[in-house]
Amino acid sequence: MLTAFAILTDGLVYAAYLFLVAVGLTLIFGVMRILNVAHGSFYAFGAYGAAIAVGMYFDRGLPVAGGFLLMVIVAMAIGLVLGLVLERGLLRLVYGKDEIVVVLVTYAAFLILEDVIRLIWGPSSYALYQPLGAAGTVDVGALVLSGYDIGLVVLAAVLAIGASFALKHTRWGRLLTVVIFDRELAAAFGINVTLVYTITFVIGAMLGALGGAVMAPKIAVTLGIGVEVIVLAFAVVAIGGMGSVGGAFIGALLVGESRAAAVHLVPQVELFVIYAVMALVLVFRPQGLFTRAQPRKI
Amino acid sequence: MARRPIVFGLLAFVIVAAAAPVLPTWLVSLATVAFANALVVLGLIILWRAGLVPFGQALFYAIGAYAVALITRYTGMRDALVLIAAGAVLSCLAAILAGFLLARYREIFFSMLSLAMSMILYGVLVKTETLGSTDGFGVEPPTYFGYAPQGHMRLFVLFWLALTFCAVSALLISLYFRSVAGSLAVPIRDNEIRLEFLGVSVDRLIHLNLVISGTLAGVGGALAALSIEHVDPNMSYWTTSGGFVFVTILSGAGSVAAAFVSSFAFEFLKSIAYDILPGTWQIFLGTVLLITILFLPEGIGSLYGRLRRRKPQSMGTA
Repeated sequence: MLTAFAILTDGLVYAAYLFLVAVGLTLIFGVMRILNVAHGSFYAFGAYGAAIAVGMYFDRGLPVAGGFLLMVIVAMAIGLVLGLVLERGLLRLVYGKDEIVVVLVTYAAFLILEDVIRLIWGPSSYALYQPLGAAGTVDVGALVLSGYDIGLVVLAAVLAIGASFALKHTRWGRLLTVVIFDRELAAAFGINVTLVYTITFVIGAMLGALGGAVMAPKIAVTLGIGVEVIVLAFAVVAIGGMGSVGGAFIGALLVGESRAAAVHLVPQVELFVIYAVMALVLVFRPQGLFTRAQPRKI
Repeated sequence: MARRPIVFGLLAFVIVAAAAPVLPTWLVSLATVAFANALVVLGLIILWRAGLVPFGQALFYAIGAYAVALITRYTGMRDALVLIAAGAVLSCLAAILAGFLLARYREIFFSMLSLAMSMILYGVLVKTETLGSTDGFGVEPPTYFGYAPQGHMRLFVLFWLALTFCAVSALLISLYFRSVAGSLAVPIRDNEIRLEFLGVSVDRLIHLNLVISGTLAGVGGALAALSIEHVDPNMSYWTTSGGFVFVTILSGAGSVAAAFVSSFAFEFLKSIAYDILPGTWQIFLGTVLLITILFLPEGIGSLYGRLRRRKPQSMGTA
């Protein structure tokens, strides 16, 4: 019983982390049909930025709530700058090319950004330990849960609800849905598709950086943290259906819970259970759980 | 008509083989790894002609490498040809199995499923003590029909072996490209449904291409394991697959020879960049990749054709 509860809570926390890194990726793919490898760099930049800025903030002994706010602000700023630079400076040049070619362009951007991180922050590792302590712990029966983890789950849930509400019920969200459905028709009706692309990419970059920023207290912020995140986020997005926010939510839950179950019950399979789930889903529903198969064009 | 490339290829083979003893040893071992990897790239070109880009080709590469390493570790078998054959057979079997699933997918779904498969192997390798876990393990130097070369000869013999494998594969693959099955790859990319209506099973063709490319990757992995004398799980990680796709883009799908030139260029540039700019060699690689995609979308292979096409034109205007 206790193990079951531990699996459930661990899985939820991991799912929250997965959703935070996958939601930006799936948004960008849904709107722009770009599988963005550089998403891992957004994550890494967010983590570094938060580790340094928020660490400095807490060292001054300023109020705790401001530290958490600063985390979000840093992520937004980093996402804005990186997203704009990448979309306007690079991706703009390859719109209309093969999907695979665009993937490789983002792969090149990822390689470059990996070294930019090394140039800016050097090879040393950073630890952001204060927020975990500041958030405290919560006792649930025999289990001690970290307040920060609960916050992560809440943040992911709020983001999921907020994103699906914004997509369905705001003017901007509906415009986005139109562009997702048919780019050319949207342009013909006077929607500024270029602008929609830029804004979507920046929002996606912000979400990626936010994922890194909120995970910074839980990991050692060091070189190469983006590399693993990309494949994880790919797996979640592929399971849920590429381009579907609801799919990313279910995909994250599925992967998070199965990994937690593996960690507690069969630790040997921990590393590949995620990809086994992904392969299994793709075998039965190649387009993912939540997207409809598209008819092939003749 | 088809004789000229064969003559050129033979000439290049003889020159490169003869040059080995006078070249610095670091260049010889670098070239051995580069040629081993070129076999993987050759396999990727086969798939790319049909519009498929696997992000998990390292799966077959690692299977070939680990087959060699495990056999030398747990049996007394040291013969290079037997080891490489074992790597080829195992990766071929893996490709046949994986193909039953992969051949049904196209575009990004194909890439993702192939990625998932290679990451499963990575997870297994990292978590299994008997397979060397994260550190991997060393590979004993091989023998050749009982002949055990010493000193620098060890490098040269392996280099010649890799070169021979490359030459034979290059020849066979160019023949395959000219066969009916091989030349159907481009129509698959253009319009698969039209091909189905003509009575061709596209899935089976792709399965065949997958098995060929998987086997090539296995041979490449086996040769790389013998050359590096070490295997570790990173051989199956997605960054390894990414590197292979990188070289494929560099080379372009147009020509077989370009695979070898660009694989060598890639390894050479990588080691130079790593030497001169230890902290920023990835910036360098990324920039090269971007420039290739933006300005040379057909790859290095298209340069030769471009030069040839330009000449008669300039003569006409003069």
